[in-house]
Amino acid sequence: MAERLAAVVADGDLIVLAGDLGAGKTCFTQGLGRGLQVADRITSPTFTIHSQYRGRLTLNHLDVYRIDQLEDTLDLDLPELLESGVTVIEWGEQIDPVLPDHLVVRIEFGDADDDRTLSFESSDPRWQERLAGMDGFGEGASC
Amino acid sequence: MSEVTTVLAIETSCDETSVAVVRRYRDSGNDRLEVLSNIVSSQVEQHAEFGGVVPEVASRAHLEMLEPVLTSALSEAGVGRSDIDAVVATHGPGLIGALLIGVSEAKALALAWGVPYVGVNHMEGHLFATFLERPDLKPPLVVLLVSGGHTLIVHLEDLGRYRILGSTIDDAAGEAFDKVARYLGLGYPGGPLVDRLASTGDREAIRFPRGMMDEGLDFSFSGMKTAVINYVRANPDASDADLCAGFQEAVVDVLVTKTMRAAEQVGARGVCLGGGVAANSRLRERFAEEAERRDLDALIPDRAFCTDNAAMIGAAGLWRLDQEGGHDLDGGATPNLRLPELA
Repeated sequence: MAERLAAVVADGDLIVLAGDLGAGKTCFTQGLGRGLQVADRITSPTFTIHSQYRGRLTLNHLDVYRIDQLEDTLDLDLPELLESGVTVIEWGEQIDPVLPDHLVVRIEFGDADDDRTLSFESSDPRWQERLAGMDGFGEGASC
Repeated sequence: MSEVTTVLAIETSCDETSVAVVRRYRDSGNDRLEVLSNIVSSQVEQHAEFGGVVPEVASRAHLEMLEPVLTSALSEAGVGRSDIDAVVATHGPGLIGALLIGVSEAKALALAWGVPYVGVNHMEGHLFATFLERPDLKPPLVVLLVSGGHTLIVHLEDLGRYRILGSTIDDAAGEAFDKVARYLGLGYPGGPLVDRLASTGDREAIRFPRGMMDEGLDFSFSGMKTAVINYVRANPDASDADLCAGFQEAVVDVLVTKTMRAAEQVGARGVCLGGGVAANSRLRERFAEEAERRDLDALIPDRAFCTDNAAMIGAAGLWRLDQEGGHDLDGGATPNLRLPELA
C-alpha cells in the first residue's frame, strides 16, 4: 500500500504516520522507500530523530516520539526539509500545530495479531484528489 | 619520563551533555589512559545548582547544561587551560542542532587556547570505550555496539579499520527495550527499568520469538517488540516481571549468539561490548559466559563508559590526533556521519 502511495507523492509532500506502538509505522515507511527506489536500509528513527535517504525523491524520515515540547521542533528545521523530497513523520500528530498541510496515515490494530486497518485523511484538496485516484488497495502486504 | 597528552572532550550528540578530561601517558610506545573527570548531565541534574534540568535530545537542553558540566569537568580533573593539549568534540552522527552546540564550544575553546581541535565520530567513541580500561588491547576484535539508536556488530581489524558485519533492519535493541517499557507503563528510560524488573521474573515463563536468529548477522527487533504487545493484548493479566524477563532473554539471546557467530567467522581474539544496552546485567552475564566457553577474551567496559559519555570521545580523539593532527576549524557537524568503513 505504501509502495502504491509512493507512485503519487511529489517533492515537498508531508505525511504524518499515526498509530500505536508496534502498529507498523516504520514498516509503512520501508514500503514507501521501496516505492521510491531507496536502496539503503530504512530503520526506525526513534532515537536518531531524523534520517535521510536517497531514492527517486529524497526521503526524510522523522520520529517525534521523544520530542515533548513544541518549541523543540525548531531543531528539526522543518521548513528547510520540506523544500525538497518527501517527509514522513512518525507520531507527527503530536506536533500537529506546527505542521503545514499534510496527509495523515492512521494505522490501527485489527483482531488478529497481523491485521491492520489503514485510513488516509487530509484537509488538503491536493491530497484528496490524489487519494481519490488510488482506491482498491491490495492485501497481504508485509515488511 | 613519560610523554603526557591531555584532552578536553565534549559530547552533545544524543540525550546527554557530557564533558571529560582524559590524559594519556606514553612510555616507550606503551600507552596508559587516565580519565581525570567524566561528567554526564544526568548525574548532575539532582543538584539544585543546575536547576534540575532533565537531559533531553533538544539543543536547548544541551546549551543550558554545557557550561555547568564543563566547569565541573575541569574542576574535578584539577586542570586549567594551560594543561589542555587539544579539545575534542563529537561531530556526528546526531541531530544537527545538538551536535553544533558541542562542536562550536570545542572550536571556540581550541581557538582561544591555541590548541588543536579534533572532531570525533560518536560510534568510533563507543569502540574506544574499551581502550579506556584496556589500552593494551590487541585487534582483531569483534565489538557489539548496542544502544537506543544503533545495533551493530563491528569487526575491528585494527584501530581505525572497521567493517560492519551486521546491523538492525528495523528497530535498535535499546529502542525495543524502551518501547516495551513504555507499553507496559514502566517509565523512561526503559532499559534499566526492564533490567531491574526482569531480575524478579521467570525468564522461561514466556518464550518470545528470536528475530532472524538463524539468518546471518543482521538483527530484527521490531517483531519482538510487537510479539510482547500481542501477548499482552491476548493475556492482559500477564506478570510484568515475567514479560520483561522473557523479552530480555530473547533480545540477549539473539545479540550474544550473533556476536559469537561473527567472532568465529572472522577469527577474532576477543569480543567487546559497547553502547548503552551494554549496561544490561543479563547481557553482560551471557556475553561473558559465551565468550569464556569459546576461549575468547571478553571485554565488558564499566557501565559508566557504556552509556553516552565524553571520556570515550576523548580516547578516540587522542588516537585521531596522533593520526591526523588537529582538524580544520571550518569543519562543521554531520548528522548522518557513518563509521569509517573499509572499502
